[in-house]
Amino acid sequence: MPWMLPTILRNLLSRPVTRRYPFDDVREPFAGYKGRIDFDADRCDLCGDCARVCPSLAIEVTLESRQITYDPFKCIYCATCVEICLPRAIGQDRRYTKPALSKGVETIEVPV
Amino acid sequence: MARTVIPFGPQHPVLPEPIHLKLELEDEKVIGVMPVIGYVHRGIEKAAELNTFRQNINLMDRICGICSFIHSLTYCQGIESLIGVEVPARARFLRVFWSELSRAHSHLLWLGLLADAMGFESLFMQCWRAREMVLDISEMTAGHRIIQASCTIGGVRRDMDEEMVREVEKRLIALRQLVDSSIHGVFLHDPTIRQRTAGKGVLSKDQAEVLGAVGHVARASGVAVDMRQTGYAAYGELGFEPVVETGCDSHARVVVRTRELYQSIDLMRRSLTAMPDGRILIRVDGYPVGETVSRCEQPRGEVIYYLKGNGTNHLERLKIRTPTFANIPPLLAMMPGCELADAPVIALSIDPCISCTER
Repeated sequence: MPWMLPTILRNLLSRPVTRRYPFDDVREPFAGYKGRIDFDADRCDLCGDCARVCPSLAIEVTLESRQITYDPFKCIYCATCVEICLPRAIGQDRRYTKPALSKGVETIEVPV
Repeated sequence: MARTVIPFGPQHPVLPEPIHLKLELEDEKVIGVMPVIGYVHRGIEKAAELNTFRQNINLMDRICGICSFIHSLTYCQGIESLIGVEVPARARFLRVFWSELSRAHSHLLWLGLLADAMGFESLFMQCWRAREMVLDISEMTAGHRIIQASCTIGGVRRDMDEEMVREVEKRLIALRQLVDSSIHGVFLHDPTIRQRTAGKGVLSKDQAEVLGAVGHVARASGVAVDMRQTGYAAYGELGFEPVVETGCDSHARVVVRTRELYQSIDLMRRSLTAMPDGRILIRVDGYPVGETVSRCEQPRGEVIYYLKGNGTNHLERLKIRTPTFANIPPLLAMMPGCELADAPVIALSIDPCISCTER
């Protein structure tokens, strides 16, 4: 205890290190944070590379109906699909994925 | 005297993960221990045979939340040796950086848990405050705080520009100052810590060698064994000497880990300075054929991967021997003779990771 006492006193008299979540805002994620996956349907050429490399099988590409099905609850946010996509149709921004009340898949229609 | 059997775990305040130890007592003295494992078995080795060998990288990341990068690194090194790939130099230095970042994260987490196990809450908070700085560096460089998913077959998936290297350097210096000012001295000299750890859970050098102890358990008993000496990734170029203590008790294990924390920060800074320019990833074609053993040093000790490929997209066999599995027999040798009140701290002194052990 005696060796810890100076730190305890310093911490007692200084500002808190933690944030009062959810009353205070959390800090912004760093620039390279692997957050939410977004599909840009206009750029997609339906090649299906993303579905082939996805380690958790969260993406399905159906050529006939021109649809991409993405399951955010299967996704592990590893960014493999973002790196493989040649037309840069998959983006990942630094928003945290929020908790949800119900599970569902996202369907993206790719225009002709 | 009548003997009593007391169950320690699988649910116990000091245990972050479930392991069951049947403690045989005579009065307050432990005279025998019987471990029971199997509470978090997830069938990962079988899943690794069903997945493709590239999907497995992310599965290996998830064997353990703390040493996730080193699990995927060991796996990738095994696959690279089966396919016959030479990893670019810059990627090897980045692999060292993230390995040491995982080690710093793990050591700070464990030091905090140990302080918590002996009721030292303020030190626990201080350790986890420092750990948060490590996690920030992880998020900044790899994109995630815990499971980084930054290692892949043929190199790494993220590069660092000069601005980021400078920022990381700055944060590492701040981390070192925090450890210096409020963590290192307490673990080394504080009478509370010394009374709870010194002379407790003694494992002699001979016992450590005979029972096959690995990691900090072996090094605290005077056995200089560390897989980083083999020079995998860029450890060969950086020069590495293992931290060895001869105290043989729980306090020596604490000292080894606090000294290794400094060593990790130092290795991270040296790897960033010595990192050459160039590619971080090369294209890997082909499928793994043959069998190999890949070994790396995790925060808890040596991890061994046995891989057998048959020239297809799926591995024929993947066997993982994790450090905690090797450190359970030494734990059983440490406990007899101790007081019941010391059992939690001794059990925690090997840093048991049950998710790794049971996979």
